[in-house]
Order: sequence, then C-alpha cells, then structure tokens
Amino acid sequence: MSNEKQHIVPYKTYFLILLALVTFTFASVGITSIELGKYTVVGALLFSMMKTFLVLTFFMHLKYDKLYIKLMVTFVFAVFVVTILITFIDYLYR
Amino acid sequence: MEKSTKVEHIHYDAEASKIGMWLFIFTELLLFGGLFIIYSVYRYLNPDAFHLAAEELNRFIGTLNTVILLVSSMTIAMSTTALQQKRKGLTLILCSITLVLGIVFLINKYFEWGVKFSHGIWPGSQHMLDTMSQGEILFFGLYFIMTGLHALHIIVGMVVIGVAMLRIERGTVHPDRAAMLENAGLYWHLVDIIWIFLFPLFYLIT
Repeated sequence: MSNEKQHIVPYKTYFLILLALVTFTFASVGITSIELGKYTVVGALLFSMMKTFLVLTFFMHLKYDKLYIKLMVTFVFAVFVVTILITFIDYLYR
Repeated sequence: MEKSTKVEHIHYDAEASKIGMWLFIFTELLLFGGLFIIYSVYRYLNPDAFHLAAEELNRFIGTLNTVILLVSSMTIAMSTTALQQKRKGLTLILCSITLVLGIVFLINKYFEWGVKFSHGIWPGSQHMLDTMSQGEILFFGLYFIMTGLHALHIIVGMVVIGVAMLRIERGTVHPDRAAMLENAGLYWHLVDIIWIFLFPLFYLIT
C-alpha cells in the first residue's frame, strides 16, 4: 500500500543512465552515416530499443516496481516490439 | 440534535494511481504504434521517395532535440528523488529545468517547421502537389502528423508538470503523497520514448 517505504534512486544513477542514452544517440547517428544498405534501419532501431529499455528500467522505475507491474509493462512493450519487428522483417525480405 | 464530527478522509492510493497511468500509457502506445506501422508500410512502398524527402530534414536539429529531451527526462526523474529526500526547493528547480527544456524543444521544432513552410512544404501545399512525388508527399504528411502529435504531447506533459509543481508549492504533493509528480514523470518519459523512435525513422534515413 501507499505507506510502503519507497526506493530512493540516487542522482548519480540517473546521470549515468543519461550518459548511456546520449552515447547510444550518437552511436545511432554514426551507424546511419556509414553505408550499411538495408541494415541501417535495423541498426538504428536496435539502438532505439536499448535506449527504451534504459528509460523504462531506470527513469520509469520499473527496476524497483512490483513484479506484476514489470510483467504487465514487459508484455505490452514486447507485443509492440514484435509487431514492429515483423513489419520490418516483411519490409526487408518481401 | 446530536453533534456529529466530520472527519475529512481523502482517498489516496499511490499504487492504483500508478497502474492507472500505465494503462493510459498503453493506450498512447497503441496510438503511436498504429502510426509507426503506417509509416513502415508507406516506407516499404516508396523507399526512394522517403530517402529523398528525408534529405530535407536537419539531422543536427534532430540530434540536438533528442539530447534535450533525454536531459529533461533525467531532471524530471531526479525531481522525484529530491521530493523523497524532502528537498522541496530542489524538486521545484528540477521540474523548472524540465519545463525550460520542453520549451527549448518546442522552439527548435518551431524553427524547423518554419523552414519547411518557407520552402512551401506543408500538408496540402501547392508546391508539394506540383513538384513532389506521391511518396514524398506521404513522407511529409507522416512527418507533420507524427512530430505534431508528439509536440502536442510535450505541451500536455508540460501542463501536467506545471500542475504538479503548483501542488508541491502548496504542499498537497509531498514526500508521503508523491504520486502526482511520479505520474507526471512517467508521462514525460513516455513522450521521450516516442521521440527515441521518431528520431531515427525521420532524421536518420540514409
């Protein structure tokens, strides 16, 4: 219930996550600058997914949430990712 | 008459609030997810036109706006920590920084759209109908709809954070009743996640 002691995330954790997110952003800009043909979009989206994972886990506190919330969010995002993936696999190999 | 004592009982359930926010976030995912699928299909049908049209977008401003949103996500996340540590002043400062970064994001967007307009590019413009292929028109249609809808979410997020700040100031949101600020943060992070996908799909097509 609401009286439970909340987990306080230190500022340093948030700052480190930001550094990782910015690094991934520049990496995705870098990977799309080199010629990889049709795999460019796959590379960029992989970085997007890693960034989303970090935002969900740390910024949105999922790491410290109860199991059922984790499962609920994981399931919905998994469905979303699978839908996008299938669409792009279709796009690449049709 | 019997004297009755009225006990003010304000219902508060942080966990239920959080679940409610997550359910709302799922509906948002459905909204943008649909648009992403439309984008994918049209990009498959018009690969060359999408590449050509994406050349018009400024990769530098796109990257800059990505970094701005990421930093703002960090500051709103930190504001919850500050509130839990009972540092009201710091909480409000971190929220304010988030708001300022949101405004900077929108200003960049304003100039970006402004350049497009000055080139005669807006939904249904004569310039587009005369000089562009069907695929390019589709690209810019999706660009304006998706970044526009995202910008609308930024504005809504800023209003929600503003309300949270007001309540922190008044003391109705405090360390033992932090759900409002936490949920404002959740919403802001969702807006960030949507941009994380919009950015490569519109700006990083080579």
